[in-house]
Amino acid sequence: MIGITILLAMREIRRHLLRSFLTTLGIIIGVAAVITMVTLGRGLTASVQEDIAGLGSNVLIVFPLETDRGPPRAFDEDDIRAVEQQIAGIEAVAGSVNANAIAVHNGQDWATSVQGADSIFFAAQSIDVIEGRGFSAAEEAVGRDVCIIGPKVVDEIFGTGDVLGEKMRVGPVSCTVIGVIDERANAVGGGDDPDNTVLMPLKIVQRRFTGGTDVQFFVIKYSDEYAPAAVQSQLIELMRERRVLQDGQDNDFNIIDTGEINDTVNQVTGVMTLVVTAIAGISLLVGGIGIMNIMLVSVTERTREIGIRLAIGAMAREVRLQFLTEAVVLCCFGGLVGIVLALGLSTMLAGLIDIPYLFDPAVNVLSFVFSAVMGIIFGYYPAHRASKLDPIDALRHE
Amino acid sequence: MTDEPPLIQLEAITKTFGEGAAAFQALKGVDLTIERGDFVAVMGPSGSGKSTTMNILGCLDVPTGGVFKFRGVEVQALSRDQRSLLRRRYLGFVFQGFNLLARTTALENVELPLLYRGEKKRERRIAAERALDQVGLLPWADHTPAELSGGQQQRVAIARALVTQPDVLLADEPTGNLDTERSIEIMELLTRLNREGITILMVTHEAEMAEFANTIVHFRDGLVESIQRGARSARHEGVSA
Repeated sequence: MIGITILLAMREIRRHLLRSFLTTLGIIIGVAAVITMVTLGRGLTASVQEDIAGLGSNVLIVFPLETDRGPPRAFDEDDIRAVEQQIAGIEAVAGSVNANAIAVHNGQDWATSVQGADSIFFAAQSIDVIEGRGFSAAEEAVGRDVCIIGPKVVDEIFGTGDVLGEKMRVGPVSCTVIGVIDERANAVGGGDDPDNTVLMPLKIVQRRFTGGTDVQFFVIKYSDEYAPAAVQSQLIELMRERRVLQDGQDNDFNIIDTGEINDTVNQVTGVMTLVVTAIAGISLLVGGIGIMNIMLVSVTERTREIGIRLAIGAMAREVRLQFLTEAVVLCCFGGLVGIVLALGLSTMLAGLIDIPYLFDPAVNVLSFVFSAVMGIIFGYYPAHRASKLDPIDALRHE
Repeated sequence: MTDEPPLIQLEAITKTFGEGAAAFQALKGVDLTIERGDFVAVMGPSGSGKSTTMNILGCLDVPTGGVFKFRGVEVQALSRDQRSLLRRRYLGFVFQGFNLLARTTALENVELPLLYRGEKKRERRIAAERALDQVGLLPWADHTPAELSGGQQQRVAIARALVTQPDVLLADEPTGNLDTERSIEIMELLTRLNREGITILMVTHEAEMAEFANTIVHFRDGLVESIQRGARSARHEGVSA
């Protein structure tokens, strides 16, 4: 009987192809919207997580802060030494400074930023040197005129070709390029674009650009085995002591925990995805109401047909099942088309906003099942109305 | 043969529509017996109760009072679904307005009752083609109602009624929408089918069409006014299309 009913429903849908398509359009758009939003949300989360991973994990970044007592106070070498020696679980501490500078090579000039960074800083920030080499201990110790450049600087100044061993002038310094770093999505310090940077040993940047031995900020890498909160509280205590802050005075420095950023971002993208999906879900609901509307119109329009079916011996439940099946088949069809549409749409949009496309089978299956359930919910009332018609009245219906 | 109950027995059938002051008694005690194999024309002015009687005979409606026995079974005791099954098994309907499903081929229209009987695809097709052949429309099997003339549509409707090989064919003004020539073709077809064994109940207001019937029942004011048996005129004897 189910087979026959599906056959009848398919015939009916085929008889009104355009209307069937328009009816399911709501479901198609709803399903496509829900799947696309969830897929893009996942892609966005993954992309942001990847960016944050660029900051390194188990990393604290310490910045000086401006307070009402005065401008930000920089840190010095002794601060770094103290952190290294007096806090448990610290693996590496690396200070950094940066300055804006014009880089020149072969008459090409380019505005970039210079960042002083030793190999510990590279490690703590997970900066990869993909061409050439990193700074040697000797180069760091004396502050040699060597530099490692970002991919953007390579593009803008050198164009193509081998850059290793080339000389370039950066502000007052003439330096030899010894390495190129990988593209980074995110970084601390070094200006707005992490790929537009010239990295030099900390000492030479301090000597030639910023002066003195102060550092503008420093990064701390700590062991997994220590609780981030404990490391942070020790750090705050130590820094307050070193910066001679009285009780009741605000910290004049700020500690950024990459783990915390990660949590926050996950939370934000999660909520965003949920909200957008809920909105898309409403469109799916509206689609379902559209189905109910058209099915009700259809029942009225086909009253005479229902009369014929009843006269030739259809039982009430067979008529009900027929209309219900029509609604469910329409919705399932809409769900399938929506899934296909979502596939194209989310691949395209993911490419457009530059986030990974992550296919999520669960949301696809769930959306399909949901659209079928919508068919049952919104198809039931019209189907029930159809089954309750009196055959004599139905046959007389014009 | 004598042991078998009459195919249809109506005893003191009443039917009232509405309630209280607005109540209208359409049937006031109809007695009618129809034997298997008869061809009955039901005539009468509008409001005489002939349509109400046909609806009751077609198990589409139930009487308010009295006893309606079909093949000896009291129909008024059956549920709505049981009456559906009874229609499905024993009755075929032909309407004045043909009532074919639009945008559906003649063959699919004729197959429809078999779908509800749950017959297999092959059997449906064979039976539907046979029924279309009986009414001479096999070549038009793939045409939709819009592509057929009124007479052809009515013949498709008759094929749909026949396809289940019912005991009774109920025809409500089957020639009402047709010109005289087509009407006579339809009546000749019905006469032939009746000869082949099917019992026919037909409502008509055209005396000319009623002449094809064997029994003519006249209704007036909710009662049977007269029953004319063996009425088939000599003029139509021997007709077999």
